[in-house]
Amino acid sequence: MKKAWKERFMQGVFFIAACASVLAVALICVFLFANGVPAMKEVGFVSFLTGEKWKPSNNIYGIFPMIVGSIYVTAGAILVGVPIGILTSVFMAKYCPKRIYPVLKSATELLAGIPSVIYGFFGIVVLVPMVREFSRWLKAVGVIQSASKGSSILTASVLLGIMILPTIIGVTESAIRAVPSVYYEGALALGATHERSVFAVVLPAAKSGVVAGIVLGIGRAVGETMAVIMVAGNQPRIPDSILKGVRTLTTNIVMEMGYAEGLHRETLIATAVVLFVFVLLINLSVSLLKRRGEHA
Amino acid sequence: MHKRAKSGPKCIGSKILKGLVFLATFLTFLVLFFLIGYILVKGVPHIKPNLFAFQYNTDNQSLMPAFINTVIITVLVLLIAVPIGVFSAIYLVEYAKRGNKFVGVIRITTETLAGIPSIVYGLFGMLFFVNALKWRQSILAGAFTLAIMVLPSIMRTTEEALKSVPDSYREGSFGLGAGKLRTVFRIVLPSAVPGILAGVILAIGRVVGETAALIYTAGTVPEIAEQMLESGRTLAVHMYLLANEALYMDQAYATAVILLILVIGLNALSSFVAKKLAKGNGNGEN
Repeated sequence: MKKAWKERFMQGVFFIAACASVLAVALICVFLFANGVPAMKEVGFVSFLTGEKWKPSNNIYGIFPMIVGSIYVTAGAILVGVPIGILTSVFMAKYCPKRIYPVLKSATELLAGIPSVIYGFFGIVVLVPMVREFSRWLKAVGVIQSASKGSSILTASVLLGIMILPTIIGVTESAIRAVPSVYYEGALALGATHERSVFAVVLPAAKSGVVAGIVLGIGRAVGETMAVIMVAGNQPRIPDSILKGVRTLTTNIVMEMGYAEGLHRETLIATAVVLFVFVLLINLSVSLLKRRGEHA
Repeated sequence: MHKRAKSGPKCIGSKILKGLVFLATFLTFLVLFFLIGYILVKGVPHIKPNLFAFQYNTDNQSLMPAFINTVIITVLVLLIAVPIGVFSAIYLVEYAKRGNKFVGVIRITTETLAGIPSIVYGLFGMLFFVNALKWRQSILAGAFTLAIMVLPSIMRTTEEALKSVPDSYREGSFGLGAGKLRTVFRIVLPSAVPGILAGVILAIGRVVGETAALIYTAGTVPEIAEQMLESGRTLAVHMYLLANEALYMDQAYATAVILLILVIGLNALSSFVAKKLAKGNGNGEN
C-alpha cells in the first residue's frame, strides 16, 4: 500500500518537472509581450517597425535600421559560413581518414563551445584591425572615399560566419551520413568520380538536412549578441556600405537597457519581442524541414 | 578517344571540387587553432599572481571574485536545472505513453526554449526574477535565468542516455519483482549516468561562457557575492567589460586565457565521459 503511494507520488513529481519547460515558455511569452506590446502600440506598430530613425532622446523610436542590420549581418554570416561549413562537412563525412576524424570532430565541438565573448574579443584584437587596414588600402587604391574604423558589417559577418560553422558542420555532416550508401555506390558504379558521386548524388539527397543546418545557423546568427556588439560598431542607422558600422536587434537591447527608462525601456523590450518572433519563425521552419526530411 | 575527351573536363571539375573541400576544411581548423593560439600566446605572459587576489579595485583588475561568482552561479544552476531536467526526461522516456498529446507540447516547448537567444533570456530574467519577484540584480536571479536556458539541453541529453539503456535491463528488473520507481532509480538511471554527466558538463560550459543573459540579471558588481541576493559578475561578464572598456587590455587577454582553458577543459572532460559511456555500453552487450 505504502509502495503504491510512493510510486504515484514520484510519478507526479516527474510530471511536474516535465511541466517546467512549458511553464517557462508561457512565462517568457507573457512577460515579454505584456511589457513590449503596449510600447509598440504607443509608438504605432507601423512606425515602430518601419521607422528609420532611432532617437530615444527625441522620443523617436523606429527599429527599421536594426532590422536591416540584423538581416545584413546574418546574410553576411551565411555567405561566409555556409560554403565553408558544407564543404568541411563533406570532408568530415566522405574524405576524412578514420584516424584523424575523432580529432577534427572534437575540434568542431570546441568551436561550438568557445564563449561568444572570446569570439568577440578575437574580433576586436584581430579582425577589426584587419578590416581597418583593408579599408585603408581600398581608400588608397581609390575604391572608397573614406576609410572604415574597422567595426563594420564585414567584420561582424566574418566573425558570425566562423561562429555558425560548428552548427552547419554538425547538422550537414549527420544529414550526409544519413544518406544510404547505395546512392554513393550506385553513382560510382555508373562511372562517376568520387567528387561527382558526393556532390551530384549524395548532397542533393541530404538536401533537407543541409537546409535545416543553414536555418539553424541563421537562428544562431540572428540571436548572437555579445560577439556582434564588440565588432559591429553599433550605429543605429541604415548603412550604405559593408564597411560601415551597424546595430542589430540584439545589440540595441544590450546597448541601452542599462540606462533606459519609461517608454524607451519598453521599446527595448518591444525590440526583444520582434527578435523573439523572428526566432520563433526560424524555429518553426526548422521543425517543418525536419518533418519533411523524415517523411521523404 | 571519345571517352578521354569526355572524362578530361570531368576530372578537372572533380579536382577543383576536391581542392575546395580540402581548402574549406583547412580554413575551418586553421581559424580555430589561430584563435586559440593567438589568445594563448598574447595572454599567458599577462597572467600574474595579483590577478588572483580576492579583492577587485581600480589598480588591480583581479579576476578571482568573478571566478568565485562563476563557481557559485554554476552550482546554483546545476542545483535547479539538473533535477528538473533529469526528472522531466524520466517522465518523457519512462512514464509518458506513446502518442500522448502532452508529450508533443513538451517537445515543442523545449525546442522553442533551445532556440531563444540568450539576450531574450536575459531580458525575461530582468522582467521576471529581478523586477516582478523583486530579487534585484543578484546571482540568484542570474542562476534561475541560466537554469531555464540550459534546461532543454540537459533534458535532451538525459533523454538520449535513458533511451540508450537496453529494454532488457528494465525487463530483468521487473522480472525480479522490482517496481517501476525502483527500476528507474536503481537500474536505468545508474546505467545512464555517463550520458547525463556529459550533457551536464556541456551545460556547465554554457554557463561559464554566458554573458548576454547575465548582464541585466546577475549584474556587473566586481566583488564576491556573499549572499544569494547580491549582485556579482561572472568571468565571462568580467571579460566583456574589460574588453569593452579597452583600458585594461592586458587583463582582458589574461582573463580570456583563463576562460578559454576552462572551456577547453570542460569540453575535453565531456567527451572523455561520453567515451566512457560508449565503452560501458559495449561491455554491457557482451
